[in-house]
Amino acid sequence: MDGSVFPRERLVVVGNGMAAMRTVEELMARAPDRFAITVIGAEPHPNYNRIMLSSVLAGEKTVDDIVINGRDWYAENDVTLLTGDLVTQIDPAAKTITVAGEAIVYDKLLLGTGSKPLAPPIPGLHLPGVRAFRDIADVDAMVEASVSHKRAVVIGGGLLGLEAAWGLKRRGMSVAVVHLMSTLMERQLDTTAGELLQRDLDARGIAFFTEGQTEEILGEERAEGVQLADGRKIDADLVVLAIGIRPNIDLARAAGLDVNRGLLVGDDMRTSDPDIYAVGECIEHNGQVFGLVAPIWEQAKVCGARLAGDEVAVYVPPPVFTSLKITGVDVFSAGALAAADEADEEITLHDARRGIYKKVILRDNRIVGSVLYGHVVDGPWYVQLMRERTDVSAFRDQLVFGRAFAEQAGAPAPKIDIAAMPDDEQVCDCNGVSKGRICAAISEKGLVTLDAVRAHTKASASCGQCTAKVEAILAHMGGAVAHSADPPMCKCTDLGHDFVRQAIREREFKTVGEVREALGWKMADGCQKCRPALNYYLICTWPESYCDDAQSRFVNERVHANIQKDGTFSVVPRMWGGLTNPRELRAIADVAEKYAIPTVKITGGQRIDLLGVKKEQLPSVWGELNEAGLVSGHAYGKALRTVKTCVGSEWCRFGTQDSTGLGVKIEQMCWGSWTPHKVKLAVSGCPRNCAEATIKDLGVVCVEAGYDIVVGGNGGIEVRVTDHLVRVSTEAEVLEYVGAFMQIYREEARYLERTAPWVARMGIDYVRERIVADASNRHALYQRFLASQRSVQDDPWAKRAAGEAAHEYRVMAELG
Amino acid sequence: MPPRKPEERWIEIGGIDDIPRRGARCVTRPGAALPIAVFRTADDQIFALVDRCPHKAGPLSEGIVQGCAVACPLHGWVIKLDSGEAEAPDEGSTHAVPVKIEAGRIWLEVPVLETCGR
Repeated sequence: MDGSVFPRERLVVVGNGMAAMRTVEELMARAPDRFAITVIGAEPHPNYNRIMLSSVLAGEKTVDDIVINGRDWYAENDVTLLTGDLVTQIDPAAKTITVAGEAIVYDKLLLGTGSKPLAPPIPGLHLPGVRAFRDIADVDAMVEASVSHKRAVVIGGGLLGLEAAWGLKRRGMSVAVVHLMSTLMERQLDTTAGELLQRDLDARGIAFFTEGQTEEILGEERAEGVQLADGRKIDADLVVLAIGIRPNIDLARAAGLDVNRGLLVGDDMRTSDPDIYAVGECIEHNGQVFGLVAPIWEQAKVCGARLAGDEVAVYVPPPVFTSLKITGVDVFSAGALAAADEADEEITLHDARRGIYKKVILRDNRIVGSVLYGHVVDGPWYVQLMRERTDVSAFRDQLVFGRAFAEQAGAPAPKIDIAAMPDDEQVCDCNGVSKGRICAAISEKGLVTLDAVRAHTKASASCGQCTAKVEAILAHMGGAVAHSADPPMCKCTDLGHDFVRQAIREREFKTVGEVREALGWKMADGCQKCRPALNYYLICTWPESYCDDAQSRFVNERVHANIQKDGTFSVVPRMWGGLTNPRELRAIADVAEKYAIPTVKITGGQRIDLLGVKKEQLPSVWGELNEAGLVSGHAYGKALRTVKTCVGSEWCRFGTQDSTGLGVKIEQMCWGSWTPHKVKLAVSGCPRNCAEATIKDLGVVCVEAGYDIVVGGNGGIEVRVTDHLVRVSTEAEVLEYVGAFMQIYREEARYLERTAPWVARMGIDYVRERIVADASNRHALYQRFLASQRSVQDDPWAKRAAGEAAHEYRVMAELG
Repeated sequence: MPPRKPEERWIEIGGIDDIPRRGARCVTRPGAALPIAVFRTADDQIFALVDRCPHKAGPLSEGIVQGCAVACPLHGWVIKLDSGEAEAPDEGSTHAVPVKIEAGRIWLEVPVLETCGR
């Protein structure tokens, strides 16, 4: 709201489409109170995503799905919206516009009047059954026609025409496309890609009439067919015109603004009248007119900034890229389609049988264009390299194979560019969420935090790899991304993990309830995120006195087995250093047979997993395993999991030290320890590293001269090779370093933070400083680790087999 | 099985203290694939739900109880204990079973058999 006593300037916006409204959003993100804003839209709808009309036509989305800002958005943001009326006049001298016969005064005027469909100069355009493909009304009419009629002809084999054809095909019509040129989408694709596209769409039942010039739309009462100049005639009940667009500049021309093909604007997005700005498909900038979204977003950004008072923002057209919204047909193109002269180079890959084609065009070792068909995931990467004018000579051999290959060869990992990301690009692969869906959720629901975006869209809510992209989208949409050094633990509190831990230590909180009450938790009970974290922090801080809160444990740690998707559990006994013996194996075999355990599997950590055990069977299964000396492997916990070993000097002709024996000693020292996240260790007997120690949380690699200790590795979602910590010469030193590292990780990492991200966050130099350079600190950490181990090295399975926590494993009642 | 008479549908299943605070226990029914999960909140309210998360059929009885809701252990959906409905923005519900407490004993009004498999 306007807090000043001076009246605000009046901004009137003609056009409620994507360009104008994005400009308003950009403006409001910078200067929310500068203007009193009135928006006038000709269509009787709120602001919607015109690009997605194809998906509405294809029945993949509804009109509601593609609304960007609903009417409540205008109300909430104090923007006046008038829809359904045309602006009939602009008077730049009086600074007024006329709508529905009334004059509205402006201080600044923004024109986003868009474009009109091009129509060929042929007879029959007036007939019922002839439509453009431009707005919601067109889509409604086409959907209606698809119900009552059978045959459609689309004139125009460009992006829009093909999307229209596919949508109508999906609606059950028989569809033919008439295209003037010999290959489809010739402005975005080269001949090879255009032919692949035609082949694929032909296989989907769309007929093509290329090199077809429409001479007349036939029919008396309504459209009945199309007559081509070469004599061919195609029957049709619906004719869709999709041959292109032209800027809608009637109002601007009548007002005396400078126009050519479009309404002329400068780099500052101003028209020839300094108080009138324009963006989108109605404008012409440096001889160019626009129909694709990326340059228009850029215009909106510059125009929004200028309106907000920025004196220096200038519009530089970004590389233009296209992708086709036809389910299962992947097409991408950006920049040049082919080498312009001998100085340019083309790199191509063409696998006709698999329908894959990739072409990258280079000039002076920089990408100037790309055409992709069939496999398009690298499209945005090529655009990024184009935009940043990256010299690709170091990795040009890998370039055409895509980003994954090239980055191995030394290509820089590009920054995330959200403006250049197409709306239908999948951001979250786990949950199948596109950028468009994230943007829609952010604007429709007014989301401002990552957690809220996750809750509403599920984007980045699973593996979290795309978190940076989702945050960038949020920032792009004007959301506040809090990159605080210590982000809030969960929705129950604004306090971060580090703060809460310190408070537990310094204010000596002894129970989870006390922490929540003293620190003002918003939910008395906490939630599934903070409860296990607080329980862990208390265990770690007060190892001798804290009484574990079973109800704050995730089910696996509460019942000491891994829950599976069908509600049964898995049982993994500990095998010290990966060693076992006939007696243990016999006990496992007996248990598996006796309890009809359906799956027995060797794990990646050199142990045996019994899968599909019913909960009520667990205590007796454990009891029988205990009898053979087997104890819990803690495979279910944020805890020390395994110490993987190779056979080492005892058997291996390359082994330099007794890696197996050392692994067993380490596991015996560390087992039972609760940690912020799971911890996996390994000991390799020589640098051949058969135990894969360099992707473990802590690895020991034996060498002739002693032992290399490496930390912070991970072989999971994001592979990270360990950092070298130190080389030592005795097993006793190894054990002290292992204990000290376990303890510093336990005391300082945040709950659910593996060692790899923790070491990456703190830096290996910090870890070296604390436990290599500072010997007394190392020794103190080691002693604290050993002390905390005294209270946990007590097999939880044996206790439960003897009857502890029996209620966990028995039903409360069986109804007869 | 013939429908029970209404007055016979209330069945005593045990005492409040048989369930840990912020915890749950299961009650099985002959012929039914799904148990009923009986929850006890921090303030000793008792609720009962068919033990099946509307998302991927996870066992709600194994979840973390928070206020009058439980977080499913499989994927973290939060289900309201009084109605069986998922908290927004998730959508879906599991059957809520009527509960009454008399002298510290828990009674359930056992629903018509649900045999959908887990």
